[in-house]
Amino acid sequence: MSMQLNRRKFLVLGSATAGSVLLKSCASPGGEGGDTAAGGDAAGGDAASGETVKVGILHSLSGTMAISETTVVDAEELAIKEINAAGGILGKQIEAIKEDGASDWPTFNEKAIKLIDQDKVATVFGCWTSASRKAVKDTFETKNHQLWYPVQYEGQECSKNIFYTGAAPNQQIEPAVDWLLENKGKEFFLVGSDYVFPRTANTIIKAQLEAKGGTTVGEDYLPLGNSEVTPIITKIKAALPNGGVIFNSLNGDSNVALFKQMQAAGMGPDLYPVMSVSIAEEEVRQIGPEFLKGHYAAWNYFQTVESPANTKWVADFKAEKGDDRVTNDPMEAAYVMVYFWKQAVEKAGTFDIDAVREAAYGQTFDAPNGLYTMNANHHLSKTVRLGQVRDDGLFDIVYSTDAPVVPQPWNQYVADTKGFACDWSDPAKGEKFQA
Amino acid sequence: MILQGLFDVLFNGLSIGAVLLIAALGLAIVFGLMGVINLAHGELMMLGAYTTFIVQNAFKPLADTPLFGLYIFVALVAAFLVAAVMGLFLERQVIRYLYGRPLETLLATWGVSLILRQFVRSVGGSMAIGLVLFSLLFWGGQALLRRRPDWNQLQGRALAVLLPLSGAIALVASFLLNGQPALAKPWFSARNIDVTAPGWLRGGLNFAGLQFPTARLFIIALTLVCLAGVYWFLQRSAWGLRIRAVTQNREMSACLGIPTDTVDALTFALGSGLAGVAGCAVTLLGSVGPNLGANYIVDAFMVVVVGGVGKLVGSVVAAIAIGTLTYLLGSGNVPLWMTQLNLTESLKPLFDFFSFFATTSMAKVMVFALIIVFLQIKPAGLFPQKGRGAEI
Repeated sequence: MSMQLNRRKFLVLGSATAGSVLLKSCASPGGEGGDTAAGGDAAGGDAASGETVKVGILHSLSGTMAISETTVVDAEELAIKEINAAGGILGKQIEAIKEDGASDWPTFNEKAIKLIDQDKVATVFGCWTSASRKAVKDTFETKNHQLWYPVQYEGQECSKNIFYTGAAPNQQIEPAVDWLLENKGKEFFLVGSDYVFPRTANTIIKAQLEAKGGTTVGEDYLPLGNSEVTPIITKIKAALPNGGVIFNSLNGDSNVALFKQMQAAGMGPDLYPVMSVSIAEEEVRQIGPEFLKGHYAAWNYFQTVESPANTKWVADFKAEKGDDRVTNDPMEAAYVMVYFWKQAVEKAGTFDIDAVREAAYGQTFDAPNGLYTMNANHHLSKTVRLGQVRDDGLFDIVYSTDAPVVPQPWNQYVADTKGFACDWSDPAKGEKFQA
Repeated sequence: MILQGLFDVLFNGLSIGAVLLIAALGLAIVFGLMGVINLAHGELMMLGAYTTFIVQNAFKPLADTPLFGLYIFVALVAAFLVAAVMGLFLERQVIRYLYGRPLETLLATWGVSLILRQFVRSVGGSMAIGLVLFSLLFWGGQALLRRRPDWNQLQGRALAVLLPLSGAIALVASFLLNGQPALAKPWFSARNIDVTAPGWLRGGLNFAGLQFPTARLFIIALTLVCLAGVYWFLQRSAWGLRIRAVTQNREMSACLGIPTDTVDALTFALGSGLAGVAGCAVTLLGSVGPNLGANYIVDAFMVVVVGGVGKLVGSVVAAIAIGTLTYLLGSGNVPLWMTQLNLTESLKPLFDFFSFFATTSMAKVMVFALIIVFLQIKPAGLFPQKGRGAEI
């Protein structure tokens, strides 16, 4: 019986399966926008009818990004719970509708459309990877809805319908590169996952290194989820035989492989310090501090930040989600953005998307990381910090900026966007104008 | 310099190839000998990796003693057993009804792989109790009813009653138990888990200016042991003889008194067990999460198809060839050598070509393209089966 399947048949069947998998992942995220663009204005009203106001939470609860995104959901839920306990918003309790983007970008778009059109939510908190944000951006714009995005990202974007509460490149990547140039060496090897954030981030880093006298000795990209890093390690060794800086924008699972195999190849943090932009406390815990000790990470917030607001927040979070949990930068940004939305709604006195958007500008909030201000370019002014992994998996803060850094969504090191800025408080300026 | 480079390519190609091979070995048996396209193979690897995690945690009290370093051997055995039992269950409950129907097998095992992935994400105390309860009621009930003389007439109706009944009882039970926070909490959750290799597998050996990661050496050795084991089992043992006989001619073997059902189950369990071992091995290199299997399954099938279905030696050669090729293209060694040999100018187009493909993503594209070309020339793989039976 086993012989009924011959090789030729298998090839046909096999390639059919592989093909359908490929097709699925390539499916265009666009296409739905045009005929359903009417939803926007009605959304505010419908969402707030009755005793509750619905908000959407749109993150990957499964798939390769679940490792990170589920923690952000926890932070958002904590903020919503606190707000509800304190009486809600405009007298209404918040009802969160959770959707799973499943680490699949077209799925994010489907779920965003579902949240907006079917659930008629007042706003959406969501996304982690830039690929997922780009997948839903058009939907939020054509439907004139609102997305709050809590993760550091590559910039070069300033949508009217997205608030970015994570770091812009000049609030994370640029200070990190400056600090490395000053303290760790001039030769950089860039490693990243193969999608929009690492590629854009590395373009920025290369331009910045050129401007400041450093050199990029090599760069490589790993497909998301790939764990075979042997060729990359060989390349790093060939390009930096006597050690040098590795700038790491790998996302998700590949980080584990990189650090495990770098250690096995005898490349420690003394000769090959790695500066990561996607590894925070939660990831350290899952990769294992023994592989990461002595390496660096660039963020705005670390759990070890010393401030009364942070002490309280960490204690509240642990009381809610368990003593063994840690807090990190995207979680803090996610927690904070719920409050920014609340303040904006309360100032506007309505859930109407445009009114809330305009009310958000200039809002301040005493965040765990210090005072945050929402700018008219939809990004937050915040303090930047660099940390070094220590034994217990938390970070020693090795550098902090003196004052909150004003965000620049359009990168000033890249020729195409040099001199541009974004200001949504003035309709004439908008997304991109010559400053 | 070039010699050292060649040696480096050989070792790294071998180490990538060894990972591919150990992942593909079980598949080569299940697919090659039984003709079953098992898309849940990767998930069996994942179960092996999670078993390693559990064994590691069981050894935690010994963390400060040298014995802790040996947990990996216990984990290997445990991973083999867990995956083999799971494979056996899968074969008995799903696959044996689908022999000779490749499309249905493909879809069914794909479904099983999704179930297993979600299972490790959501399994917790209450769910486990529910599952055990369901199994006890369903199969226990069947076993009881089977004693009745009129079982054959009853069978259909009994199943129609038993299945929903035990399902409902189990569901209600686990739903009620979900009230207990201790039982409702998932054991692993969707998050990745941290499997830490024992200390002696984390460093590397220095030899002639080259660093050999011990984890890679361990995987190469493990692959060799598995290969030798499989070879011995198939060629030298009585059950191996029966397996080969059934592979060659099922009807004739059955006539000669070989229990083909048992042979099928055994072969599938063996292949699944090897997947478990592979799962344990890859914890040394990368992350462990519900999606671990999905990262390896395509590569594993690639090795089996390139090697030629039904031939272990084909898989070995294919794994090493693909590993070496991936490394050679992805590491950018070729353009580097050309620079050293001052060939960049004279062979400019070639240099540009290799430089373009010298990133990990592009190397993967190139490897796939080459495999497609190769299969055009040799559609049956490197070592096709010969003889009249081959194309039936």
